[in-house]
Amino acid sequence: MFTTRLTGRNLWIAALILPPLAFMCLFLVYPILSAFAYAFYEWHGLARGEFIGLANFHKVLFEYPFSERTVNAFVHNIFVFFALMVLQNGVGFVLAYCLWRELPGARFHRIAVFLPVVLSTVIVAILWKLFLHPLFGVVNISLRGLGLGFLAQPWQGQDTTALTAIVVANAWHMVGFPTLVFLAGMQRIPTEILDAVRMETESEWVKVRKIVWPLVAPSATVVFTLLFVSAFNFFELPFLMGGVDGSPHGATDVLGLYFYRTAFGSMSASAENFGPGSALAVLIFLFIAILSSAITLWLRKREIQL
Amino acid sequence: MKKFVISAALALGSLASALPAFAADLTFWTWRQEDKAQYEKFFKEFNKDNPDITVKFEAFEATSYNTILSTALAGGTGPDLMMTRTYGGIESLAGAGYLMPLDKTKIPALEGFSEPALASETMRSNKTLYAVPAASQTMLVIYNKEIFEKNGISEPASWDEFLKSCEKLKAAGVMPFANGTATGWQNETIVSALTSSIMGKAFYEDLMAGKTTFNDPRYVAAIGKLKEISAYFPDGFIGLDYASAQQLFTSGMAAMFAGGSFELASFAKQNPSLKMGVFAAPSLKKEDPKLVGLFFDSGFAANAKTKSPDAALKFLNYVANKKFAQAFANDLSNVSAVPGVTFDSPLLARVAELNKQSIPYMTLVNFRYGEPTGSNLIQAGVQKLLNGQATPEQVGKSMTDGLSAWYAPFKK
Repeated sequence: MFTTRLTGRNLWIAALILPPLAFMCLFLVYPILSAFAYAFYEWHGLARGEFIGLANFHKVLFEYPFSERTVNAFVHNIFVFFALMVLQNGVGFVLAYCLWRELPGARFHRIAVFLPVVLSTVIVAILWKLFLHPLFGVVNISLRGLGLGFLAQPWQGQDTTALTAIVVANAWHMVGFPTLVFLAGMQRIPTEILDAVRMETESEWVKVRKIVWPLVAPSATVVFTLLFVSAFNFFELPFLMGGVDGSPHGATDVLGLYFYRTAFGSMSASAENFGPGSALAVLIFLFIAILSSAITLWLRKREIQL
Repeated sequence: MKKFVISAALALGSLASALPAFAADLTFWTWRQEDKAQYEKFFKEFNKDNPDITVKFEAFEATSYNTILSTALAGGTGPDLMMTRTYGGIESLAGAGYLMPLDKTKIPALEGFSEPALASETMRSNKTLYAVPAASQTMLVIYNKEIFEKNGISEPASWDEFLKSCEKLKAAGVMPFANGTATGWQNETIVSALTSSIMGKAFYEDLMAGKTTFNDPRYVAAIGKLKEISAYFPDGFIGLDYASAQQLFTSGMAAMFAGGSFELASFAKQNPSLKMGVFAAPSLKKEDPKLVGLFFDSGFAANAKTKSPDAALKFLNYVANKKFAQAFANDLSNVSAVPGVTFDSPLLARVAELNKQSIPYMTLVNFRYGEPTGSNLIQAGVQKLLNGQATPEQVGKSMTDGLSAWYAPFKK
């Protein structure tokens, strides 16, 4: 009696799990595995040729001009990661703290800070391109108006400022997300702990460093890991603001753009280069998968259970 | 009686099997959704002469067209007929064996086509033609006639005159050029549009013959002159993107736009009252020929595995003929590749006239067959040049050194 019931239940569970599992396999696992396989073949357009082992990997890592571009794009991804860590997560933490302490206007700002997150990336890109327009952009016009005309620059045309401009746009767009996550973490801190601290010290800095920061560690884990993944998958904003070639002269090139351009071709490239493109995709995937797992494990260790 | 039944059955049978061979439904793919109405008109016209063949129009998004097309062809679901790109763009399709090889016996009208037109749709490795060349594009200077008249300037005859006109416009508070170079490929178009005459035909011929490289003083001088004239581009033009540059010209804020003839239709659409003219940027001396940069951008091809190859060939013969080309030129504002076409639009007629003195838009035509492409290199080089991070000599050197990775004549 008991066993039959269990079998029926198991069947029922299996019936529920199988369709989504099949779906995942078909649309997630299979494409990833086939991309792995593609990377080991030679390609003529979209027609598969010979099995060539690791030649595609060798090409993107060690052969001119691919290797140069790989390194260039990778360095930019690293820059994006650290810059966003400060501008997005750092500022997000500060904003969350201000909101949590209910500074004047906190209710309004809670919404205002999160608002850009709901905007589509395309809108954000166009908005910032207009902000940074060399002739009519708000940024340059304001600088000129303040008598700081010498600071007005063609932001998106100089290799020194182009990538930073994109990073700032991204931070503006997404800062609400870490703010929200940190705020939720702060609101979970029990009031007893805070009351106890208040008896010890009045210093906000000590409170933040000794109590708040350690106790929002789970939020930090989520936010850092997601930032890592998105910084190395960075694509939409550079694509929309710098173009697929990472204009000017590769200064805004990141791995995502470089992969896209290599695999599918661009106006200035010869044609599709599916082999090296797949090899790049595999390398990016492995890099993100391995490092983000490591980061998650490491960050988990420092979390404190309340 | 029995005999009659058998022969009747045979006749019916052969008729039935013959029918599908005559009546053919072909599909035609292109990236030009905006031309749908005109193409359907062309197809109706074609159907009048060939009542048993119908052609269906399907369009796909332009930037991913080649990817969509090659994916479909690889999967066996491609169209019978298609618009193709040129040069490297056709080689990726033809090289995979997706396209029907063509020649002058299959399409007699190809006889009169120009050599560069046919070369644009020919695969270099087997010297075989895979598409009927459709249209050419010209790199030149587009100008606002009203602004030119108001400031008392005309099409420049020499480089000095060109600079003087720019100076005059600037003094009058008009931006001489609308061009911006934040969008990568705009750094390539301005080279061909502004400096083809300075490079000269002899340089191009020597380059193709393997007698010289991009370190040639004629090329370096041309790049230097580009830097010189960029003083008349808008303030902060290195941060100005393509769309903004177009708007500066169409809104009448700037007098000239150095670019491709493909701009003309979209400029006219953005501002229908704009009175435009075109000229070839002059050379240093008055008596030197004024050259435009020329390339072919599209062709008509058939699927190698189409079910109705005869019908597809009939269609390709139709698009290679003057009657279609005339409508293709006038209804769709194309500079048709078919010889002897005349143009209703004076602007297009002028472009076709300028095409008679041209050199190819070389970074696209000759140097997009390997990595890094000439386009990659010139775009990066010119961006550095205009940013003050490279000299013209360094631009030429980076082109030569970069291309030597795959371009045999540059290998040492």
